[in-house]
This record gives sequence, structure tokens and C-alpha cells, in this order.
Amino acid sequence: MAIEPLQMSKGMTESIEKEIPLVTVKGLSKQFGSGCEYCSTPSHEEKEGNRCKHCGSIWAVRDIDFELYPGEILGVVGESGSGKSTMIRSLFLDEEVTNGSMTVSTYNKGKINIFNASAQQKRYIRNHVMGMVYQNPYLGLRMTFSSSGNIAEKLIAADNFHVGKIRERASELLDKVEIPISRMDEPPKNFSGGMQQRVQISKALANNPPLLLLDEVTTGLDLSVQAKVLDLIRSLQRELNVAMIVVSHDLGVIRMLADRTMVLRQGLVVEKGLTDQILEDPQHPYTQLLVHSLL
Amino acid sequence: MALANELSVTPFHDITFHVPEGTFMGIAGPSGIGKSSILKCIYRTYITTSGNIWYKSLRYGEIDLSTATERQMIHLRKNEIGYVTQFLKVIPRVSALDVVAEPLLPFGYSLEDARSAARKLLERLLIPEELWNGFPATFSGGERQRINLAKAFIVRPRLLILDEPTASLDNDTKQSVLAILKEMKEQGTTMIGVFHDWDMMEQVADNIYDLRSIKREDHNNVLEVRGQK
Ligand SMILES: Nc1ncnc2c1ncn2[C@@H]1O[C@H](COP(=O)(O)OP(=O)(O)O)[C@@H](O)[C@H]1O
Ligand SMILES: [Mg+2]
Ligand SMILES: [Zn+2]
Repeated sequence: MAIEPLQMSKGMTESIEKEIPLVTVKGLSKQFGSGCEYCSTPSHEEKEGNRCKHCGSIWAVRDIDFELYPGEILGVVGESGSGKSTMIRSLFLDEEVTNGSMTVSTYNKGKINIFNASAQQKRYIRNHVMGMVYQNPYLGLRMTFSSSGNIAEKLIAADNFHVGKIRERASELLDKVEIPISRMDEPPKNFSGGMQQRVQISKALANNPPLLLLDEVTTGLDLSVQAKVLDLIRSLQRELNVAMIVVSHDLGVIRMLADRTMVLRQGLVVEKGLTDQILEDPQHPYTQLLVHSLL
Repeated sequence: MALANELSVTPFHDITFHVPEGTFMGIAGPSGIGKSSILKCIYRTYITTSGNIWYKSLRYGEIDLSTATERQMIHLRKNEIGYVTQFLKVIPRVSALDVVAEPLLPFGYSLEDARSAARKLLERLLIPEELWNGFPATFSGGERQRINLAKAFIVRPRLLILDEPTASLDNDTKQSVLAILKEMKEQGTTMIGVFHDWDMMEQVADNIYDLRSIKREDHNNVLEVRGQK
């Protein structure tokens, strides 16, 4: 055969040597409710639950740390109410965090805690540094605008004003997610659920962010449509090498997409590992339960 | 490459073996005795309860696979350590040719070069040309298995882990797999594998580690296999 045993190319060795995380999150916590003297800090005790017995406040996310490397897909799995959406909405700055820091290596050399950035900086970050795909397309799209208009809006927010170029980019993006060009001026409300998710993905990627956040993107879609959307995400990831955080209650989705996975329960990370290890040799009883219900 | 391994997976304790670089160590024993578990510990699909798995990495030098970071494991899996079973993780809507070509892309191959290498390998594994552009999701078990092998062989890993990858192949294909394995060994790939077919195991293995010779739950029974080529 023509192929020689592998030797590392120089470029590859170097890029691994200096592997620096794209995203570093430390001590991320989010409390809903006014809190009281008994719940001023999130408990790390799994047994204690996340709801304060005295005032009813909820620590939806408790002291989460993680790193995300360029071009990798991190899965976040857990049952409904475990804090997945709160976590990812906090990362996208939709939600004010209670505690914690997040840095992105491509933004200000990773020196700024994005959670504390000014409103203007936050706007910039949401337009250039990351994109978000919500479970509910109504949150990510203007349903009555045209699809191309949805993308144009995102491009304009990132200071692109050349009408011809905007249209060209919109059709390129919609083509990538397999929306027929002939339908690019139709509003998403005319589209099926799977198509709406694809328009949302193209909008989130409009400004080539290095980070894409996806919250239950395939939940509620028909199985065959789900498979197509997952395929698309996978191929976009390869082509664009964009890093992703994929949140889902469905381990099947995580299995298909994620290199590494964190398991969330009542706002705490109870286990993290390589995705195949999480599935085949789960260490935490809760993960074991999740995996068994998948079988 | 020396891979020393002292691992303890249920139902095993204190297993020790070394696999010299460029040799094939077969693992034998009745089904259910833990052959796959050992392989999965090496690939880190299973967490090793106690012990070390020393692997001489091109990138990291001597590294204990049981405690390497997840990122290190991901890197090693992409670049140095291959793992092939009889089951293919099916990716819908990617052609057989591209499934096989894909692992080469991170090494700087152009899509065209990767595909042409994939074609050669598919041909060698006797996969009919009309299937090359089909989707493995629609293939028979035997066809998928061959795609799976091609995908594992194409990058020529430093360490290749095989778990009954030929379980339902016809004889001609088995011979072809055998020839490729021997070739890879000559080029320096170290292999650890389980074959359901004893004949095949004998033809390719330099050493065979027979798990039946170890008593369960017996901490003092340490069997050492040292390869001499
Ligand atoms: N806006 C809110 N106000 C009060 N509690 C909330 C709010 N959003 C979420 N929660 C609570 O936070 C916890 C985590 O919810 P969520 O992040 O939506 O979980 P998931 O996405 O994993 O289903 C739940 O107990 C939920 O009731
Ligand atoms: Mg949610
Ligand atoms: Zn309280």
C-alpha cells in the first residue's frame, strides 16, 4: 500500500504542544430567587439538592469549571431541570451569572472575564465570538422576516453593510444548511421544524464565530429529521472547525456528536469524561441510570 | 514499543504483560472472561480500577494511559492508537469511501489523496466498487466490518487494538486482512488483539496471552508474558 506509517508533521506537533483552551469557565454559578442567609453559597453536596429549604431559591448551576479546546465538541447531558439551559444561556450572556468567570482566547487574548464585560463588549461578543442555537427557534429567529433577512440582520450587527455581499453571504450560508436558494426570501414561519433549526444554525454561524452553543437543537423533531440536523452539525464542525457545546437530555445526540461529555445533575457536574467512557463505563450512579435508560 | 500493563478489571486482578514494539500480542480465553475489557481499558473506554498501562508515545514519551488526560487520549486516538471491533459506528449520509478517507484528513492529506488511498484499501479488502459511494448504514454486517477495518488500517497507527474484527468475514477477505496486518507489523505497528478465529490468531500473533491460565480473584497469580520475536 502507498501509505507509510505515520510520522507527525511538524505543524501538528507544535499545535498540540501549545494547546490552549478556547474557552475557560471557572466557578460558574447561577441562583434564581433572592436567596437568604442559608443559601448564600451553592452547596457541593449532591444529597442536598439545589433548592433552599428556607427561601425556595434555586442554585440552577453550581460552581461549574470546564475548558473547551478549539474545534472540539463538548457534550452536556442531564435530565430536565438539571441546569443545562441555564448554563448555556449564561455562557451566551442571555442570563446574568451569580458567580464565575469565562474567558475566550480569541477575545482580548483571553484576559477579560466576559461575564463582567460592558454592555457594548457583550454585544460584540455575541455577534463575533459566539453563536447560539436555541431549542425554540422563536428565540433565535424573527419568524416573520425573510430567512435571508434574518442572516442579514446578524451580518449588519457585525458591521457588514455592503448589500450585495450580504446577500451573497446569506445565500452561501443557507446553501450550506441545505435550504434551497429559491426559498431564501421566505420567512421561517413557513418552514418545517427541521428547516427552522437549519436556518437558526446558519444565522448563528453568519459571522464565523469560533464557538457555537446548541441547546437541545433536535428535541421535538421527528427522528429522521433529527438525524439530518445532527449530520449537518457534524459536517459543519469538520468543515469550519468551530468548537461547540452541545446540550441535550438525549444521550443519543451526545453520543453522535461529542468528543467529551459532562453530566449535570441539579446544577452540579457529577461526572466528566470521554464520551464513549461515559456511555460504556459510567462511574457515577446517576450516569449509570441515564445510560441504562438509553438501552 | 513496550507496553507494560498491570491492570485490574473485574474479573481480573494483577495482569501484567509487555508487548514489544512491532509485535502482535493475541489475547485468548473463553468469551466473558474479560478480553474486551482489557482492550477497552487500554483505549480508555473503560476506566482502569487500579494499575498502570504504560505506552511509549511518539508525542508524549512514556505515558500511563490509565491516567492520561482526556485531551491527551483524544490526541492519541486520532494520531497513534487505533481501535477496531466488529461494530461500526454508523454515520448516516457519509459515503463508504469518505468514511475510510476521513481519518487521513487531519494529517494534511488533500481530500483527493485521501480518497485515492481509501480506494486502494477498499479494493484490497475486496469491497465491490459499486459500494464505494454507498452509505455504510445500508450495508450488510460483513460489508460494514470491512469498511471498519479499512478505516482503522488507513492511518497506520503506532498501536492497533483489535477486538474480533473479522468475526463474520469470508475466507478471502480474512486472508487479505491477514496480509495487511503482517505488513503493518513489518512497518512497526504494535498490535494487541482478540480473534475469535484461532487459526487467524496463530498466523499473526507473536505471543499469545491465554487468560485461562490465570485464576480469577487470585491476587498472587501474576502471569508474565514477555515477547521474544
Ligand atoms: N427564570 C427562572 N426563574 C426561576 N427558576 C428557574 C428559571 N429558569 C430555570 N429555573 C430553574 O433552574 C433549574 C434548572 O433549569 P434549566 O436550566 O431550565 O434546566 P434544563 O435546561 O437542564 O432543563 C430548574 O430547577 C428550573 O426550575
Ligand atoms: Mg433546557
Ligand atoms: Zn435560601
